[in-house]
Amino acid sequence: METFADILLRAFALIAQGDPVLRGVVGLSLYVTLSATAIACAIGLPLGAVVGGTQFAGRGGVIIFLNALMGLPPVVVGLVVYLLLSASGPLGVLGLLYTPAAMIIAQTILITPIVAALTVQVTSDMHREYREQFRSMGVGRLARIGALMWDARLALVPVALAGFGRAVAEVGAVMIVGGNINHVTRVMTTSIALETSKGNLELALALGIVLLLIALLVNAAVMTLRSASVRAAYA
Amino acid sequence: MREPANIIRADFGGTLLETRGLTYRADGTRFVDDVSLRLREGRITTILGPNGAGKSLLLRLIHGLIAPTSGDVIWNGRSLDAPARAAQAMVFQRPVMMRRSVAGNLRFALKVKGVPRHARAAQVEALLTKAGLQDMATRPARLLSGGEQQKLAIVRATIGAPRMLMLDEPTANLDPSATRAVETLVQDVQTQGTTVVMVTHDQGQAKRLAQDVAFLQSGRLAEAGPAARLLTEPQSRPMKAWLDGELYVD
Repeated sequence: METFADILLRAFALIAQGDPVLRGVVGLSLYVTLSATAIACAIGLPLGAVVGGTQFAGRGGVIIFLNALMGLPPVVVGLVVYLLLSASGPLGVLGLLYTPAAMIIAQTILITPIVAALTVQVTSDMHREYREQFRSMGVGRLARIGALMWDARLALVPVALAGFGRAVAEVGAVMIVGGNINHVTRVMTTSIALETSKGNLELALALGIVLLLIALLVNAAVMTLRSASVRAAYA
Repeated sequence: MREPANIIRADFGGTLLETRGLTYRADGTRFVDDVSLRLREGRITTILGPNGAGKSLLLRLIHGLIAPTSGDVIWNGRSLDAPARAAQAMVFQRPVMMRRSVAGNLRFALKVKGVPRHARAAQVEALLTKAGLQDMATRPARLLSGGEQQKLAIVRATIGAPRMLMLDEPTANLDPSATRAVETLVQDVQTQGTTVVMVTHDQGQAKRLAQDVAFLQSGRLAEAGPAARLLTEPQSRPMKAWLDGELYVD
């Protein structure tokens, strides 16, 4: 019987050899998640900055709503996107179901509220500090939002990384809308689930190790940026 | 409503800003109570008073950062509207430094005031020279010392040539040499034609800088007039007590 150490060794060997299946899955995962993160940032960062840097009726409700959406269950997001993209759904005509595009959409929906809600926290703290100065200087709304985003840039990179971390590790949504099709929509998390059930433990573990490494790198980047921003007194 | 106190003699410039019965009330307490005074153009006026007298709040009401519960702020004969507020600038007790370089803070203010991009570099250079911060252009503004931050905040506030500059205790917690540098800068600003209104609780600073004085006690205007007279022959009990270093309780 194989021990955990044997499987672990073979998993490292797969990574060291640059196994083509492994590379393909990791590459697709990064493509899907980086795309979703980029789109989520394009929507969530300005949205969060507008909410964080503006006083309006119902602002508290919007913040509660965004915070609630941070905990969206991935399978529910997957199900909703599936219904939208399925042949009988309103967007079925686009033929996106079981494609990487569908997975990008699902992950974008999943992490945009995270990016937006964290951006609200960062920018509203900053706006509290800047508000009187901006009013005194007569800074307009657009300039204010732009300035908050620019001044919070180092604090917003960890926000984007938090979104990336959430997206790269989720399995439910991409499984439902991607279908886990070999060489088409199979990403790290869905592969781990599948290969484990097939008993192909070294590939599953190799993917798990890569996933862990990515999580470690993301966290290291967050920590480095945070300390860099404190050092530069930009925090 | 009281008659506005003519704190400047009539032979100097006209009234630039006037408050009429200015009152700010919150939770049943009057933090600024029926303050009527006139500030004339081109002078340095200090607003004096003990802690909690409402000095900083009065400055914020005058600048339009806070709406009064009642009373009016009249700017150059009309109500304090957006163009009037744009002609004022304020430096806060704890200067707000944006998370940018020293030059970046100035560039932002120049952009807000509509200075074209091609003209900004030269103006940044001139402002840095004025503040004596030429060697610190690329340094993060939040890493400057307290005095350097105040000087940067003052020259930043002068962008757009405001007619009135308000300063809220600009030298609180500064050492004597930084205090002198800030005071020199304030006098330069006034020399160039800007009316200065400055909150302070430093008697010495009022003597050094003020041409006119307004004294607040518990949110009310106790006394106002030319500094030379008020700082030597105060009429009101609160101001006498303050000048004598005694505690005055209503």
